[in-house]
Amino acid sequence: MDIKWDQILIIEEPIMFWTFIGLIVSTIGLVAGLTYFKKWGWLWNEWLTSTDAKKVGIMYITLGIVMLVRGGIDALMMKYQTSVPENTFLSAQHFNEVFSAHGTIMIFFMAMPVIFGIMNLIVPLQIGARDVAFPKLNLLGFWITASAAILYNIAFLVGGSPDAGWTSYFPLAGKEFTPGIGNNYYYIAIQISGFGSMIVAINFMVTILKMRAPGMGLFKMPMFTWTTLITCLIMIIAFPIFTIALLAGMLDRIFGAHFFTVADGGLDMMWANLFWLWAHPEVYIVILPAFGIISEVVATFSKKRLYGYHSMVWAVIVISVFSLLVWVHHFYTMGVGPTVNSIFSITTLAIAVPTGIKLFNWLFTMRKGRIVFEQPMLWALAFIPTFLVGGVTGVMLGMASADFQYHNTLFLVAHFHYTLVGGVVYAVFAAFYYWWPKFFGFKLNHKLGNWHFWLFNIGFNLTFLPMFFLGLDGAARRMYTYSAETGFAPLYMLSFIGTLIIAAGVTIFVINIVYSTLKEKRITERDVWGTGRTLEWMVPTPVPAYNFAVIPKVEAIDEFWHRKQTGKEFVNEKEIKDIHMPSHSWLPAYIGLAFFISGFLFVWEFQALAIASLALPFLGMAINSFQYDDGFYIPAKEVIETERKDRGEQQWKAK
Amino acid sequence: MESKITNYSVPTEYQSELGKMNILGFWIFIAAEIILFATLFALYGVYHNRTAEGPTGPEVFVIRDVMIQTILLLTSSFTCGYVITSLRKGNVKSANIWIGITLLFGLGFLVMEINEFIHYAHAGLTIQTSAFGSSLLTLLGTHGAHVTFGVVWAILLAIQLVQRGITPITASKVHIWSIYWHFLDVVWIFIFTFVYLGGLM
Repeated sequence: MDIKWDQILIIEEPIMFWTFIGLIVSTIGLVAGLTYFKKWGWLWNEWLTSTDAKKVGIMYITLGIVMLVRGGIDALMMKYQTSVPENTFLSAQHFNEVFSAHGTIMIFFMAMPVIFGIMNLIVPLQIGARDVAFPKLNLLGFWITASAAILYNIAFLVGGSPDAGWTSYFPLAGKEFTPGIGNNYYYIAIQISGFGSMIVAINFMVTILKMRAPGMGLFKMPMFTWTTLITCLIMIIAFPIFTIALLAGMLDRIFGAHFFTVADGGLDMMWANLFWLWAHPEVYIVILPAFGIISEVVATFSKKRLYGYHSMVWAVIVISVFSLLVWVHHFYTMGVGPTVNSIFSITTLAIAVPTGIKLFNWLFTMRKGRIVFEQPMLWALAFIPTFLVGGVTGVMLGMASADFQYHNTLFLVAHFHYTLVGGVVYAVFAAFYYWWPKFFGFKLNHKLGNWHFWLFNIGFNLTFLPMFFLGLDGAARRMYTYSAETGFAPLYMLSFIGTLIIAAGVTIFVINIVYSTLKEKRITERDVWGTGRTLEWMVPTPVPAYNFAVIPKVEAIDEFWHRKQTGKEFVNEKEIKDIHMPSHSWLPAYIGLAFFISGFLFVWEFQALAIASLALPFLGMAINSFQYDDGFYIPAKEVIETERKDRGEQQWKAK
Repeated sequence: MESKITNYSVPTEYQSELGKMNILGFWIFIAAEIILFATLFALYGVYHNRTAEGPTGPEVFVIRDVMIQTILLLTSSFTCGYVITSLRKGNVKSANIWIGITLLFGLGFLVMEINEFIHYAHAGLTIQTSAFGSSLLTLLGTHGAHVTFGVVWAILLAIQLVQRGITPITASKVHIWSIYWHFLDVVWIFIFTFVYLGGLM
C-alpha cells in the first residue's frame, strides 16, 4: 500500500478548508436541531425505515436535490474559473477534480435518484396498485444509492477527488497516470450505486408487469408508466456491462490486473467501449422517463388525449433498441475505419426518427387543445424547443466525418446539456410542479414559479448557447484556462453570467418550496388541476399510505378522465376492506451502511480486509432471509374516514 | 405464520402471489446475470491471446481436473432437480437430503477450483501476469464466487425448511435458489466449452 498519510485530510487549500469547516458546522447544526426538537425517532420511524414507496420516493428526490446543489456549486466554480483568461481561481488539478465531480454527481446522484424518486411516487398510483412489488428491496435500493452518494462525496476531503472525468478513460485513470487513491472512489462508489439501480429496475419491472389494476392491459398504461417499463428494460441490459467494466477497472487499480493498462496485453480502448455500451443507454435511462412526464403534462394541460398514443409507445421501444447500438459514436476518432463509423453513424441518425415522432405527437396533442398555462405546462412548452436544439446538434455530432471537427470541444458539452438539462431537468421541474400538490396537499406558488421558470430558461440558454460557438471556434472541453489571444473571453464570460442566473433560478425554486410549505392554501380535491386524466388523480389528496381504498377496474386509457366523462364513481365505500401494508424495516439501512464501510476499505486499498468486509452486506441478506414478516392491516373504518374527508368539496361524479 | 401446504396439485412454489412475483423478479435478475457473464466472456474472447510474457492457456490448463469439475457441477444440477421434486411431493426430509448432496458436489467443485487457481499461480499465471490472466481469472472467479454464494444460501434455506416445513414462501425460496444453481451450471458449460476446450483446440 502506497498511501501518503498526510493526504488523508485534504484541507491545505483555503477553499477546501472552508468547505470542510462548513460541512462540520452544518452537520453539527443538523444533529443538534434533530436532538433539540426530538425528531430522531420521527426521522427513523417515519422515513429512514419506511417501506412506503411514496416516502422512499421523497427520500430519493431529497437526495437528488441536495446533490443538485453540490453539482451546481461545482458548475459555478468551473464557470467562474473560465470566465476570464488565465484565471487562477482553480489550479489545473483542482479544475480536473471539479469537472469530474460535476459530471459524476449530476448523472449518478442527481438525475438518477430524482427519476427513481418520481417512479416511486407515480408508477404505483398510475397502475392502480397499493405498493411496489418488493417494498423492502425498494428501500434497500434507496439506501444503497444514498451510501454510494455519501462515499463519493467524502472523496474530495478524504483521500482526494477522482480527477479523470466522469468517463474516467484509461490509461489516464489507471494507476500509472493517476496514482494515489482518489480515483478508486469512482470505481467503487459508482459500482455500489449500480446495485441500487439494478434493484430499481427489477422491482419496477415486476411491479408494472404483475401489479396493474384489473383491466389495464399493457396498451392502456399511462405513458409515464410505459417509459418506466422500457427504462427498466434498458437498465437490465446495460448496467451489468458497466458492473464488469467497473470491476475490471477496480481490479486494474487495486489488484494490479491488466484489463485496460497499456502494458502486458491490456487494451485501454476496451474501457471506452464498455463504458459507452452502458453510458449511451444511460442517457436514455434518464431521458425516457422525462418523455413520459412531458406526455402526461401536455395531455393534461391541453385537455386532450395524448395524440398518437400507440406510436408514442413504439417510438420509446425503438429508441430503447437503438440506444444499445450506437456506442461507438462517442469515439469516432478512435480510428476503427470508415465502415464501422458509417454503421454507427447510421444507427445514431436513425434515433432522430422515433424522437421526432414524439415531438410531433406532443405538438399535435396541443393542436386545437385548450391549453392551460400552469407551471408544469410552461416547463413542458420550454422543453420542446430546448430539447429540439439538443437533438438537432446531436444529429450534427452523429455524422462521423463532421464529428472529427466537433469532437472533444465545448460544442459537444453544449449539446448534451441541451438534452440532459433542456430534456431531463426541464421535465423533472414540470413533474415537481405537476405532482407536488398530490403528495403534499398544496400547490407551489405560481408567482415564484414564474420567476424560477424565466430565470432558469434565460440563464440556461445564456450559459449553453455561447458554448456551441466556442466549440466551433475550437475551444476544447475540460481546459482549465485559455489565453486572451484565443478571443474566447467574451463568450466564456457570457456563459458564466448565464450560470449565475441559473443559480438564481434554482435558489428561487428552493425558496418557493419553503414559502409554499408555510403559506400556500391547503387543498383536498382529488383532481388537483381539474383536468387530470390518469389514476393518480382519483385517490385522496394528499395520497394516503394505502393509495387506493378499492383497487379500480380499468376500462379505458386515461381511466380517470373516462370515469369523469361517464359519471362512474371513484370509490364504492361498500367495497372497502381492511388493507394489508408492509412493515418497516431497519435492514436496508444496515446494508447501506455495510456497503459504505466495505466500499471505504476498498477505496483505501486494504485488500484483504476489504474482501473480508464483503461479508457485512451478505450478513444483512442472511438476516433478511430469516425474517418472515407478514406486515399489518389498516382497518376498513380508518380507510373510510380518510376517503370521506374531501367529500364536501369534491365532485364524486362528473358534471 | 403462514400454514403449510396441503394442496399439491399446483406446484408448491407458485401457491402465493408473493412467491410468483419473487420468481418473476428472479428471472429478470438472471437476465441481468446473463449480460454480466456475456461481458466477461467478451473480455476473455478479446484477451485470450494477449498473454504478454506469461504462460498461455494450453500451457497451464489441466483438462483432467477440469473434466472432474464439470462432472461434479453437472451432477449437482441433477441432484438439485430432486430437491424440487421432493418439495412438490411435500417431503421435507428428502428435500434436505438432496440439498445436502447437491452442496457436497458444489463444495467438491469449489475445492477443485481453488486447487486450479493455486496450480496456475505456481505455473506463473496470476491476475497480474497478463490481460489473458486477468480476464480468465476474473471470469472463473466470478463464477466461483457465485457458487460459493449459492452454497451459503442453500444452507440458510435448509435451516428454514426444517424450522417451517414446506410453505408457499419456503417453497418459492428453494425454487428460486434452484433456478440460480442451474444457471451457474449453464454458465459453467460455456466456460468449459469456450475457455478450456476452445483453448486446447
